[in-house]
Amino acid sequence: MFALDVQQLTKTYRGGFQALKGIDLQVEEGDFFALLGPNGAGKSTFIGIVSSLVNKTTGQVRVFGNDQDADPEAVKSCIGLVPQEFNFNLFLPVIEVVLNQAGYYGIPRHEAKIRAERYLRQLDLWDRRNQEMRRLSGGMKRRLMIARALVHQPRLLILDEPTAGVDIEIRRSMWSFLRDLNAEGTTIILTTHYLEEAESLCRNIAIINRGLIAERTSISALLNKLHTETFVLNLKGRVSELPELGGFVLQYLDDCTLEVEMNRDHTINGLFDALSRNGIEVISLRNKQNRLERLFLEMVDGRVAAAEGGVA
Amino acid sequence: MNGLGRRWTRYAVTFQTILSKEILRFSRIWVQTVLPSVITTTLYFVVFGRLIGDRIGTMDGFAYLDFIVPGLVLMGVITNSYANVVSSFYSSKFSRYIEELLVSPAPHWVILAGYVGGGVARGLVVGGAVLAVALLFTDIHIHSPGVMFLVCLMTATLFSLGGFINAVYANSFDDISIVPTFVLTPLTYLGGVFYSIQLLPDFWQAVSMANPVLYMVNAFRYGLLGVSDIPLGAAFGMILVFIVVLVAYSLRLLQRGVGIKT
Repeated sequence: MFALDVQQLTKTYRGGFQALKGIDLQVEEGDFFALLGPNGAGKSTFIGIVSSLVNKTTGQVRVFGNDQDADPEAVKSCIGLVPQEFNFNLFLPVIEVVLNQAGYYGIPRHEAKIRAERYLRQLDLWDRRNQEMRRLSGGMKRRLMIARALVHQPRLLILDEPTAGVDIEIRRSMWSFLRDLNAEGTTIILTTHYLEEAESLCRNIAIINRGLIAERTSISALLNKLHTETFVLNLKGRVSELPELGGFVLQYLDDCTLEVEMNRDHTINGLFDALSRNGIEVISLRNKQNRLERLFLEMVDGRVAAAEGGVA
Repeated sequence: MNGLGRRWTRYAVTFQTILSKEILRFSRIWVQTVLPSVITTTLYFVVFGRLIGDRIGTMDGFAYLDFIVPGLVLMGVITNSYANVVSSFYSSKFSRYIEELLVSPAPHWVILAGYVGGGVARGLVVGGAVLAVALLFTDIHIHSPGVMFLVCLMTATLFSLGGFINAVYANSFDDISIVPTFVLTPLTYLGGVFYSIQLLPDFWQAVSMANPVLYMVNAFRYGLLGVSDIPLGAAFGMILVFIVVLVAYSLRLLQRGVGIKT
């Protein structure tokens, strides 16, 4: 059974802007799924419709087999939403935010208290439970939104840029928490602008662009499409001119730094052999750009260019 | 427990959660929500009742101070039940925490009942407090506590629904004060709070009959003093019709997501 099955989903806002132009998307139960796309691509509209915050224009949404139109209560019971923007009553204490949310899902108070304590402890917020929301830092508010979304123990958790604006340490701890949650069986759909996050966490991916699914595949299959990769080499000694390394395309950045573009036929061993033959020693190397980020830009820009070319 | 039983238990928990949240909200800020109405009506009792009222004499056979008590109590009920829902629901829209409810499986009628319940609670608390103050200034013998309570309850329900609809359409904090200032206050003052419509010329008596607040004030006056310018059945019937219409309209707004969904 699909955790999420969306067919021909469209959304036209008042004024005529068509945000979604017929989305078909299936997410397997238990998947950790990334939904990527540039700003204004339609990600938030898509998530808004699935989580019942936005009215769709046409199409069908099914969550674990439940049809959103026929049984909206069953669909909503299955979903936990962590929205992109804070949507709290800032004057309420932390614990009340979580308990109220449990109450909205019909969870009795005694059970809600047990669950609230569990999730607030797991997300390092238990000590702050009596603090008003407005006193929390941005990272704490992000974690609280996760606790709030989990209190009814949803089978499908949707996170809309959950780590935006949080520091690296908290981001890593949130990743670890989400991995554990997924391992326990919760299906997770994540939108993010940190492509490293998608690459690190997710198994499958869809790229949405201009209201349409531009690509829907596994992360590994997508990365296999990457034909070239660029590395930046920090050299031990100085080089005054660009060396000749058979088959490798080099670029001179400064006398201690080179950039090398490698295609799929090249190996790192081959590169280092060639460098050694030329007496060049390397202190360190790094990817010039996140691999997924590069693919993403190629895909989005390529489709845009193709679309614009077609129109012209 | 079967599926239906579980579903109703879930609804009951959701309703209780919204209602408790609403009651807690106005209780926490009672100095802003409950106290002002009590102080204002106390001033009415002192100025219109004690100082000026003695010179006015009797109205419908009652001392003027006694005559205005029902209207002042109901005025507190009307303004507070309306204000509670309009400000609470609009704030939840403005700060977007209404989304907490919209993503949950709470049916629209439970959401509406919860917010209206909060408005009714505040209306009854303020009405009760104003009545308590009134009893300090007068020696009224309550004619029919049942009628009095029922009128209060229905009036608070009706104006809570009005506050809800206002909040749904409001796009700014200014929008939530327009109706109370330009509609509710004139209707209340011209609804027989301070006078009997028998004192008006025939034409203005007929015009007054189009004012729904007149029916509520008179029904409440019957409950408190045993006199009314309007037949009791007509008053209850009219309030009930308004409640049914506003409930249907509010549910339709929620169903369509007006003001809360794009």
